Amino acid sequence: MMNQIVQGILLGGYYALIACGLSFMFSVMRIINLAHGSLAVLSAFALWLLASRFHIPPFLGLLIVLPLMAVIGWALQRFLLERSARGGALLPILTTFGLAIVIDNVLFEQFGADTRSLAPFIGSLSYDSWEWPGSLYVGKLAVIIFVTAVVLLGGLQLFLTRTGLGRSIRATSEDPDTAGLVGVDARRANAVAAAIAMVTVGLAGAFLGMRATFDPYAGATQLLFAFEAAVIGGAGSLWGTLIGGIVLALAQTLGAKIHPQGFLIGGHIAFLIVLFIRLYTSGLGLRGLLRLSTGRTP
Amino acid sequence: MSAASPVIERGTAASRIAGIGVVAIVLLLALAPQFLSAGAVDRMTALFVYVILAAMWNALAGFGGLVSVGQQVFFGLGAYFAIRLANAGLDPFVALFVSAVIVGAVSWPISLFMLRLKNGEFAIGMWVIAALTHLLVNLDRLIQGETGTSLISLNVYDASTRRLTIYWLALASMIALLAILFGLLRGSTGAAIRAIRDNEDAAASVGVRVIGTKRLLFVLAAFGIGVAGALWLATAITFQPKTYFNVQWTAYMIFMVLVGGIGTFEGAILGALLFFLIETWFGGTGVWYLIGLGATALVFSLLLPRGLWGTLEERFGWRLLSVGYRVRLPTSVADPTGETISPAPATAHREKA
Repeated sequence: MMNQIVQGILLGGYYALIACGLSFMFSVMRIINLAHGSLAVLSAFALWLLASRFHIPPFLGLLIVLPLMAVIGWALQRFLLERSARGGALLPILTTFGLAIVIDNVLFEQFGADTRSLAPFIGSLSYDSWEWPGSLYVGKLAVIIFVTAVVLLGGLQLFLTRTGLGRSIRATSEDPDTAGLVGVDARRANAVAAAIAMVTVGLAGAFLGMRATFDPYAGATQLLFAFEAAVIGGAGSLWGTLIGGIVLALAQTLGAKIHPQGFLIGGHIAFLIVLFIRLYTSGLGLRGLLRLSTGRTP
Repeated sequence: MSAASPVIERGTAASRIAGIGVVAIVLLLALAPQFLSAGAVDRMTALFVYVILAAMWNALAGFGGLVSVGQQVFFGLGAYFAIRLANAGLDPFVALFVSAVIVGAVSWPISLFMLRLKNGEFAIGMWVIAALTHLLVNLDRLIQGETGTSLISLNVYDASTRRLTIYWLALASMIALLAILFGLLRGSTGAAIRAIRDNEDAAASVGVRVIGTKRLLFVLAAFGIGVAGALWLATAITFQPKTYFNVQWTAYMIFMVLVGGIGTFEGAILGALLFFLIETWFGGTGVWYLIGLGATALVFSLLLPRGLWGTLEERFGWRLLSVGYRVRLPTSVADPTGETISPAPATAHREKA
């Protein structure tokens, strides 16, 4: 049992990783990117292609893929989201949903229906584990993912509070017009935020590929995981996302223990329960459930 | 204001002709199976289902301002409850409609909960509901997980009776649902619905019951999509949860409404017709067809967010199935956009529906 809890907490690190980009983008631009999961899968496929075709190991491949994801994020904001957000709050949902369908099916067209994994390209890391006191075996990869998530969340928090660029992103997220008045280039801030978000998505995609399998249509599930972790984590800070990810993972672990098909059901039910509590206790989340209060220093 | 009082009218000459046209088309469709091949009858049935899906998604998104990417939950439940009811001994054709009523009833408690979410959170929250419902339906022993089951009891009717009955049921359902929606939009609720569509906060401030009106649209859409799901089951016979709870159904709805014209009554029907033609011509190309659908939806949301009908309507002042009011000023030539409340065109209040 103790073992499963530890595994659950470590899996929560992955969920935090994929969720932080979603809630970050929502906080800054008020847009939920429905192509979020598909873009993570795109990154996984890019790494798979580099590894299988050009023999570039995934960790090295990240040096190519992550900058690419940043460019994709920047372009996504400049050419799609910026334009569709002008048409109201509903259009970006439709735009990004259309994008998700295009990405999923282009991946299917290119790579077929086979499930893939990056595990064969990372050597023994995919199954190596450490023995912790109390005869606990924890996978090295799971620990790496968890530590990466913590470092990334901490780094993002530091970036937002300590750097000039981070402050201008925060100012834009609070009030783009006023930020503009005091000389913040809101367009640039949004594009940078989207680029950062896509780097986290790229990283999440890499870990998705290493710790499990993926196929062209895996994006939807990842999007739901990200959304659930972000909502469970609540509007506290980026660290809330980590808690959200851990709660989601533990609920799934518990679900799987109750019923062989209960893994996903457990996660969805935990999400709905937390949603229910949040809707009926807080002020209905008028600023949005996903909204991080990036303005407060931790 | 001049002495001559402005004329307030509900339709145009075109919309009166359109009204007669609608009656003629319905009669023609009702008689069509006499002249069509079996395959064509099946295709027409599919078209009616598409029109229902588009109109219902449009009612929710275009008029209620609620974009959902989880509407496949009601499509799947419509089919699932029909299977369950038929298994319990109900006549399969009756089961189709009882099932939709149950779907409508189920959507009520869901609405209490989900309508508190806004925009993207509502959209993806509905997707979670759909995913969870899919998993729960899989647990039903009768369904046998992803293997699925069939509406076997429909076999007591021979193939041609079945085909014709389903055709007429689909036609009647489509007309009834469109009529309900039309009546709703034309009646006093319609003014509230359009007020919410244009500005939710402003509508609330003048006393529109925003949540109540949205809930009405939510339940109507759930019921309508439940009917569509049950009808689809009747034509396909087999029920595989993966097919029915597939997000692709919502993708189709979004495509149809976005291309046809979101928030216009005629637009959803036009979108369904276009989707039907595109599917007939390109459906065989498989994955490229889906890429095309996604790309078209993306491009329309960026460049032509009002869709084809919305754009035509705005440019030419077309109004076929008029649900709104328009004011014609006796002295001036009518503004192309129609409903000018005040004589000054600069402050003209445009009304889309």
